[in-house]
Amino acid sequence: MNSSTGKLARVTRRDFLKAGAAGSASLLIGFYLPARGTETAGKNFAPNAFIEIRPNGDIRLVVARSEMGQGPRTSLAMILAEELDADWSRVKIEQGDLDTRYGDQTTGGSLSIRSSWDPLRQAGATARAMLVTAAASTWSVPAGECTTRNSAVLHAKTKRKVTYGQLAAKAAALPVPKDIPPKNFKDYHIVGTKKKRVDAPYIVIGEAHYGIDTKVPGMLHAAVARPPVFGGRLRKFDATRAQAVPGVQKVVEVAAVEMPPLFGEERKENSGHQHYLWGGVAVVADSTWQAIAGRRALEVEWDAGAGADENTEKHRATCAELVKGHGKELRKIGDPETVLAGAAKKVEAEYELPFLAHTTMEPPNCTASVRDGKCEVWAPVQNPGGLGAALVSALGLPASAITIHVTLLGGGFGRRLNIDYGVEAALISRAVGAPVKVQWTREDDLRHDYYRPMSHHRLRAGLDAQNNVAAWLHHVAAPTTDGVYVGGDVPDTGGTELAGVGLPNGTVPNYLLEQSFLHTIVPRGYWRSVDVSWNHFAVQSFIDEVAAATKKDPVELRRQLIATKQKPAAEGGDEKPVNLDRLRHVLDLAAEKSGWGKPLPPGRGRGVAALYSWGTYIAQVAEVAVAKDGSVRVDRVVVAIDCGQVINPDMVVAQMEGGIVFGLTAALYGEITLEGGQTQQSNFNNYTMLRINEMPRVEVHIVPSHESPGGCGEPPVPSIAPAVANAIFAATGKRLRRLPFQTQELAQA
Amino acid sequence: MDAISITVNGKVHAVEVSPDTPLLWVLRDTLGLTGTKFGCGMALCGACTVHVDGEATRSCTTRISAVAGRNITTIEGLSPDGQNPVQLAWIEEQVPQCGYCQVGMIMTTAALLAKNSAPTDAEIDDALSGHICRCGTYQRIRAAVHQAASKHTPAAAAPKKAAGGAR
Repeated sequence: MNSSTGKLARVTRRDFLKAGAAGSASLLIGFYLPARGTETAGKNFAPNAFIEIRPNGDIRLVVARSEMGQGPRTSLAMILAEELDADWSRVKIEQGDLDTRYGDQTTGGSLSIRSSWDPLRQAGATARAMLVTAAASTWSVPAGECTTRNSAVLHAKTKRKVTYGQLAAKAAALPVPKDIPPKNFKDYHIVGTKKKRVDAPYIVIGEAHYGIDTKVPGMLHAAVARPPVFGGRLRKFDATRAQAVPGVQKVVEVAAVEMPPLFGEERKENSGHQHYLWGGVAVVADSTWQAIAGRRALEVEWDAGAGADENTEKHRATCAELVKGHGKELRKIGDPETVLAGAAKKVEAEYELPFLAHTTMEPPNCTASVRDGKCEVWAPVQNPGGLGAALVSALGLPASAITIHVTLLGGGFGRRLNIDYGVEAALISRAVGAPVKVQWTREDDLRHDYYRPMSHHRLRAGLDAQNNVAAWLHHVAAPTTDGVYVGGDVPDTGGTELAGVGLPNGTVPNYLLEQSFLHTIVPRGYWRSVDVSWNHFAVQSFIDEVAAATKKDPVELRRQLIATKQKPAAEGGDEKPVNLDRLRHVLDLAAEKSGWGKPLPPGRGRGVAALYSWGTYIAQVAEVAVAKDGSVRVDRVVVAIDCGQVINPDMVVAQMEGGIVFGLTAALYGEITLEGGQTQQSNFNNYTMLRINEMPRVEVHIVPSHESPGGCGEPPVPSIAPAVANAIFAATGKRLRRLPFQTQELAQA
Repeated sequence: MDAISITVNGKVHAVEVSPDTPLLWVLRDTLGLTGTKFGCGMALCGACTVHVDGEATRSCTTRISAVAGRNITTIEGLSPDGQNPVQLAWIEEQVPQCGYCQVGMIMTTAALLAKNSAPTDAEIDDALSGHICRCGTYQRIRAAVHQAASKHTPAAAAPKKAAGGAR
């Protein structure tokens, strides 16, 4: 799943086309065609997998994406309710279990709305058409004379009205029509409004149930000791002292198991992939605390494995060396090396970013019950399909024997695309013959994450005599993420050049993007905004370095780069081509709203960054104050976003605020370091989070649009770090090229 | 092991757990009050915040033996019907994203408002900077605290009164 295109996008697209070709039901569209007339007639109206209308008027809408704060349980239901013309107050949201009828249920890649927009509109419109048909035939009037509103069909001429609940039985006996067109946006009254989150009333009274709140009869609690060195294995353990802790029931080995790829990809024999559950020892007790206490008493010895020699300074040195040579060529336009050699002026800079952890507020956990050849799981996961495949593999059970209930997620950010903790829970449940909840501590979480990769970037620009960018060369050194799961040196940036690296790729006449690979046993995973989070920092910082070298205004230089006559690449090759007018518009809007160009007092500065990715155009201007001691305070961030059709504007704003906090936390503090192949950070005392006292004022400006919806979860993340770096430069004249910002370099002597 | 007596949301419980068990896990595992969340286990994130005799307290580092005989209020006892001004303001301002940390934020805010009915931004930051929200809802939290303060009456914040019905 790399950045904007993502394997997710490709999978859904392929399925969609397949469905179109077949001209009938498809997994993605999710039309479930019940045997007509028998099981549904006279009861509930359930024309497809997503909608059920009960005779009492309750409308059950199934949301088959994971809720981790980004809001699909509200926004996807809004799309369905809009097309159905449902009474929003009667809508009941239900979380879909893992079920092939819903298609790909992975939640990631800022895709929930993008990939659901067409099928959900069609599901809603189809159900509405059937209800209209039922009413029209009851009244013996043409269906075209009927309208719908608030869960009722109306016939204006005869002033008649019948509710959806009253029509449910009759509609259930009708054939499901095909190719019903969705509504015109002019008729929207739910989509585009600030509907409140459906879960908020439960959250504020403590009744929202996350994975950690799962309780099933006879459930035991487990804490797992895992190999501290990545790639290490269990040598031996002595359970005597652990068994003596009150409440401890059993101490069992968790086998190391090979896990399949996360998203159903093909994997070759001897691929060299690193996707393993490395095993360990589980202490199983009557309560969580007893399990944790039992684990503390456990005596265990580990084999360190090959990772014991790995440390951060070595990794940094290796990457710095790698970018001096040539890497795997990912994209080349023109003759960049020659043009650079003959350039009137050259600019060169290198940037560094560290490994990062996700640290969802709800630490990883999962409850599993494996008994009698069946496995039932309650899992806070973004990837129930991936968990299902991993359970099939680890337990040797058929997919039909596995039930996965998706709970609410206390944050996701990509961590819960990984399903290691779910496999652990199932293996332990099977070993002890009882339902088990595995609970990770924060220390477990920080030390056994799938980290955002570290990276080192070398950028070079060749300018012509008029100070135009004639050549742009970018060499990235980083470990592969996809390769962890499928094996091989798979570039995370490949195919997503413009999106993943941002301007000026595709807009300068001579361009080179290449990647070298750091080989490491450190697990890597997908972290909110994935490869864009690293590449964009380097590129958007370097654009400003070119601006400074040519004495151009940073916004003006970006305008010039956008004003290319070249045709930039489509996003990943299967998305819509980049619309540079939309990009320029958000850039101009952010500049205008931020007061770009207006003087600021000494020690203050503004910085800009702009991005197209995940189908969304976004620009940010950060305003910072740098104190004499070098400390940096981000006071204000102005965001301009064009994400196409907005489903819920308040939730777009929430994603902007949250994404900026996420990106700013990483820019100011985020750094996972290794010594002896072990993560050195353990909890929030040494892995620092942005807190309320450091929250900048975030102002969001949404461009009105009826283009297809773009993503919102990831787009706000990548730009904040370069915008702040550029603002620091504007304030101080000093360029910080390494994240997290080494602000001590800004201190005035 | 001897039973330890604690009063939670106005109800007396005798719990048989090891005296070093954190209050958090007694609430969650023994009493089934799962509204209080586990975030860090080191009093660094605030997700586990409850009131002990009206004071905002981190339950993850509070041993059960230290709260014997004390009055503990959890989110389940903050109001009988979810109508505490803080809870209402949290919905009105649409604060929660994933919502996991918000119970702790709400409990600290309720304790703050009981003492200071009109906190400034700086006072809000001071009270809540011990909390972490990974979804980044801080801007809305500030707005919600101000809104709750504007509707706040001392009676509404008194947790014991709210829990009276459960006795």
